[in-house]
Amino acid sequence: MSAHATAAHPPLYAGGLRSWLTTVDHKRIGVLYGVSALFYFVVGGVEALIIRLQLASPTADVVGADTFNQLFTMHGTTMVFLVLMPLSAALFNYMIPLMIGARDVAFPRLNAFSFWTFFFGSVLLNLSFFVGDPPDAGWFGYANLTSKQYNPGMGIDFWLLSVQIMGIASIASAVNFTVTILNMRAPGMSLMRVPLFVWMALVVQVLMLLAFPPITVAFIFLMFDRFFGTHFYIPSAGGTPILWQHLFWIFGHPEVYILILPSFGVVSEVLPTFARKPLFGAPFMIFSGILIGFLGFGVWSHHMFTTGLGAVADTAFSLATMLIAIPTGVKIFNWIATLWGGHIRFRTPLYFAVGMVGLFIIGGLSGIMHASPPVDIQQHDSYFVVAHLHYVFFGGTVFGLFAGIYYWWPKVTGRMIGEGLGKLHFWLMVVGMNLTFFPMHFLGLDGMPRRIYTYATDLGWERWNMIATVGAFLIAVSVLVFFVNAARSLASKTQAPADPWDAATLEWTVSSPPPEYNFAVVPTVNSARPFWLHKYGPTRDISTRTKAQGTPAQPDNPPTRIDLPSPSSWPILAALGLALLGGGALVGLWMVLFGAAVLVFCVYRWAFQPLERTGHPTFGPAPSGGSS
Amino acid sequence: MLVSIRLQTAEAVSRERSTLSKTLLAALLLPIAGCAAVESPDWRTLRPVSDFGVLVLDVYGDLFWWTAGIFVVVELLLIYALVRYRSRSGDSEVPDQVHGFTALEIGWTLLPAAILFFIAIPTVRTIFLLQGAPPDRDPLEITVIGHQWWWEFRYPELGIVTANELHVPVGRTASLTLTSADVIHSFWVPQIGGKRDLNPGSENRLWFTPTEPGVYHGQCAELCGTSHANMRMRLFVDDSASFAQWSAAMRATAAPDSAGVMTFLISGCAACHTIAGTPAQGKVGPDLTSVGSRTTLASSMIPNTPEMMAAWLRSPDSVKPGALMPDLNLDEQRIADLVEFLEGLR
Repeated sequence: MSAHATAAHPPLYAGGLRSWLTTVDHKRIGVLYGVSALFYFVVGGVEALIIRLQLASPTADVVGADTFNQLFTMHGTTMVFLVLMPLSAALFNYMIPLMIGARDVAFPRLNAFSFWTFFFGSVLLNLSFFVGDPPDAGWFGYANLTSKQYNPGMGIDFWLLSVQIMGIASIASAVNFTVTILNMRAPGMSLMRVPLFVWMALVVQVLMLLAFPPITVAFIFLMFDRFFGTHFYIPSAGGTPILWQHLFWIFGHPEVYILILPSFGVVSEVLPTFARKPLFGAPFMIFSGILIGFLGFGVWSHHMFTTGLGAVADTAFSLATMLIAIPTGVKIFNWIATLWGGHIRFRTPLYFAVGMVGLFIIGGLSGIMHASPPVDIQQHDSYFVVAHLHYVFFGGTVFGLFAGIYYWWPKVTGRMIGEGLGKLHFWLMVVGMNLTFFPMHFLGLDGMPRRIYTYATDLGWERWNMIATVGAFLIAVSVLVFFVNAARSLASKTQAPADPWDAATLEWTVSSPPPEYNFAVVPTVNSARPFWLHKYGPTRDISTRTKAQGTPAQPDNPPTRIDLPSPSSWPILAALGLALLGGGALVGLWMVLFGAAVLVFCVYRWAFQPLERTGHPTFGPAPSGGSS
Repeated sequence: MLVSIRLQTAEAVSRERSTLSKTLLAALLLPIAGCAAVESPDWRTLRPVSDFGVLVLDVYGDLFWWTAGIFVVVELLLIYALVRYRSRSGDSEVPDQVHGFTALEIGWTLLPAAILFFIAIPTVRTIFLLQGAPPDRDPLEITVIGHQWWWEFRYPELGIVTANELHVPVGRTASLTLTSADVIHSFWVPQIGGKRDLNPGSENRLWFTPTEPGVYHGQCAELCGTSHANMRMRLFVDDSASFAQWSAAMRATAAPDSAGVMTFLISGCAACHTIAGTPAQGKVGPDLTSVGSRTTLASSMIPNTPEMMAAWLRSPDSVKPGALMPDLNLDEQRIADLVEFLEGLR
């Protein structure tokens, strides 16, 4: 039922470099996000491996103190802003329009602008390596260590400017996807019929819209302190460094949910597909996701239990944090109930989704420990917290996103990906991850603080550190297996079917990869599982539930004409202008002004360029006078 | 009245819990550490030597058992579901399409809420205990000032100023006032209990009553720059007699020999360091009045031996990267003289 779909369409990814630079197709932009994120995953991973080598033995001398501080700062910043967020954005970009039955996002050129702004921001951040002065105050950059007095180099400037630029990309894409999800759903797709992945994406967009402004304010204060001599965070001049902590964590904690909710969404798609059941209690899952996002804004000071905010504040933030365990627990139980009574097919996406559930539980439970200030003041800034956050971000987010990568790989590439190597990847990663991060609990309990480049021999920390380092290299091997698997898949000639997993949602109704216009006919939706309904019918009688041999869900060719937006050079050039404007602060005023001029000019040209120009992509028969 | 109630609660709490749950906790965790837990005290945070640490450990014990229980139950349910409901080969039938079961879902919404209640109660009680007034009516007041990258300790009532080695008497509450001279640091002696930040421009407080004499490792827990990893300290919990002896020795410093003082002054050391009773009154670096009596140098990085002291004077930066003490390009004779003088300051 799939082979028919391929021949009729021009290949999705044809075209040279120029077609990629000017694309406004959400699918190509999704691929661009994915490739960038995987590249930075390797960069951040190499930084982690150097960190682990340095810590493998006491008083090691792989890197010096300053280099070590730069490495963990870049590792954290890279993994949060250059890997996990863009990898989620890759899945959002590619999948959301397909899952809601839309032909593209609401603002295709803004979408391209978001990607290129992110990309140039990420380049600016890493340029700091090439001028030999990467940031070194941690990804959380606590004031007043970031002040000009204690950090006179350019590293902090690279960091604060690039993260601000990437923040603009995040806010722009948050607006775009909020509008897309709310306004561009196919007819009949009420909000309660929206797939869980798209729901979690919507919560993430709202979190980004509300969380990035406070961090932007924090960065602007810091920028003013460093560039113009203000004293927002300078205690000797009456400023307060603790202001930074509040502003940072008002962003920073919602950011945790920005990083984990996409993974929750993926798992909520993968488990039902491979258990061949609907998601258990979908409304509970939707509302618990919303509640997690909402509560996420009221718990920031649980990162500050050692700051000395007083017993009343500690109590309030402690109890609010504990409340988050309730909707999170609901999600875990509902996932298990989804598997319960199913016919579970053990394919690679399911492995990673189940791995995510099993490992995230560990990070969630140590999170409950940190919700209790008396316990947290022991574990805070110790390796116990390093273990906790990696169980959340690696066990939770990375495993969830790999579940998504394996799940949607055939859809995106049109090729199946090896099951054997996929499972090898999974097992190596599970073992490596637990070997790396579980011993860190022990190190934390034994009093080892975070962010130290060396430790004395008589403290008894070397054994678990050595084991953690071995585990880290096992993770590196598992990632290598993934890339081999990916390369083999891309080199293979076997066409993936449109619906390889017998799934329930709309993206599987179109060919793999989908045609440029996504849907020949915009589907009409009358269920939360429209494709399942199409295949198996509405009957509730088990005995008749065999797959319908009915008509394909989508015709081969569009019956009416489809107009798609033209590629445009202005989004990428505007993004370049923005990056020059920001990066120019490190060079001189002339470059800031030049960047601003480029930005204004490109946005102006963009605004006056019609979305569909002569020669824009069209499909289907010529218009016959009627509206399309 | 309030103080005594608080005291009783703290003691009662620590006594009733410390037996069962701590033994079990140790029994569970120690085998993981294997047999190597011999020389250094493994699991420092689980072996508190103060009332503060015991209060913290009690809450940790509660949480550990709740979370360990939840962990086992949930992971077993997950594994059971995977094994029990795996697809058999040749199985093409579609399972029953269950969409949910509201009563069950309400049940597992309420269950975590109930468990949280049991976690919240000891948590809140302990928050107020720890941040309330110290249990001792007459605590030993100590001011702790963080510097890049060393610790300054001041005993206002004893008139003692020292660095990197904190002495407290066993059984008497020490009440710390914490602040910083430059960036944010964090005071942490794992076996004493939790940490508290040293914020520039404001003061934090932390009290604890040490219960066992000994020497305990501590170090800065908030990233504070290049040598954050090297900002270590030693906490000496002395019995009453040795504490009295130590504080008497610290106060009754003999006048240093004047030739040595002159070497110290002409070498430029006095710009940053103080030696009581001499013109050396610098305030930037550690007070060196009794430096010869300390067991370690360079914020507990190296043992206090003449060789190590000489190495430190020769090139501070190669001992402690980024050290703010400049390399004064002293010749070997000058270094030898300084070492002899400084080691004699007791």
